[in-house]
Amino acid sequence: MDATQLAIEERVAEEQRHHKKALFFWVWGGLLVMTAIEVYLTYQNLAPKRMLTLLMGLSVIKAALIIGFFMHLRYEVSRMKWLTMCSVVGCLILMTIFFFPDAFRILSLGVR
Amino acid sequence: MAESALVPDIPSVYEPSLFGTYSKKIGMWLFLLSDSLTFGALLYAYSYGRISTPEWPTPFHSASIVNATIMTAFLLTSSLTMVLAVRAAADGNSKLQRLFLLATMACGVGFLILHAREWNNLISEGLTLSAFPAAPGHKAAGEFVDVAKNVPQFPATFFGLTGMHMLHVTLGVIYLGVIALRRKFIPVLLVCWLAAWLATPAYSPFHYGAHVLLVAAIACSIILWLKPKVYDSSDVEVAGLYWHFVDLVWMFIFPLVYLMSAKIL
Repeated sequence: MDATQLAIEERVAEEQRHHKKALFFWVWGGLLVMTAIEVYLTYQNLAPKRMLTLLMGLSVIKAALIIGFFMHLRYEVSRMKWLTMCSVVGCLILMTIFFFPDAFRILSLGVR
Repeated sequence: MAESALVPDIPSVYEPSLFGTYSKKIGMWLFLLSDSLTFGALLYAYSYGRISTPEWPTPFHSASIVNATIMTAFLLTSSLTMVLAVRAAADGNSKLQRLFLLATMACGVGFLILHAREWNNLISEGLTLSAFPAAPGHKAAGEFVDVAKNVPQFPATFFGLTGMHMLHVTLGVIYLGVIALRRKFIPVLLVCWLAAWLATPAYSPFHYGAHVLLVAAIACSIILWLKPKVYDSSDVEVAGLYWHFVDLVWMFIFPLVYLMSAKIL
């Protein structure tokens, strides 16, 4: 391995030594609490659309916490953050645009 | 002639990294981006089926929801122990790093055992795929026999999505095992393969699925034989990225598949 890579690895390890452990415990606690809220909502017999909105909202927050703190993306350079997140979110938006109207169309046409 | 003699004035310093980090980590991020689209496609396929099928089943009773919640807690706890392993590796504390990696693996194994139990319950109640071997005596009276017959999209997407995730968790546990124990992990993997193969009945999908462990043992042996090395903090961090991704995907599978198809009386 070349010296540049080793130097970057050492710098990243040095940065990680400054991350506070307590923060990870708080994030873990937050994730558990949000999971408990999701399960509580399941037992409330909400309308499916409302339920889906709430569950997906909580899931996106949980995903952001995992990516930001556990996967350390929060501490990466902004170029890395934007490239990774924009590309994956862009692809998922494209899937949404193409798949879901078609699924509803099948329903309205009565095709089983 | 040596290369340095030809170009004596060029210093051995490269351009700084475009993304401010080392290449292994960028490689793992790129892999995870592509993998997220695999899971995205599976989740969309499940959602598509659900929207376009009016009589979508809700087979998950309270016991299943409790089981899936404990599975989620296992994965979240494993993410915490993983991040602590990365921190211990950065601190140069190899003993603590190994301990946290083993704790992460234990949580992963706990998740897999609970998941396998859930699959076995559903299969014994008749929710199955035509690709699975027939379980003797179970199908005729099972609760979900009609579901498998009338809405085949449900077992197809459910087993496809959760099976793919289970495979990722299994490979993640093996990956962490190699990082934590290196060559010592190979016999452990072989014992796990034999135990899983011999302990499951011939009609269980896990009887054949256990061979994943054998294939992994062979692949790991080749890798560790060809490139023996002591894994450093960057290797632990890259393995951690993979593990957190597996956790991240479950954060969408759990509500979409289990909570949205719960049968709460």
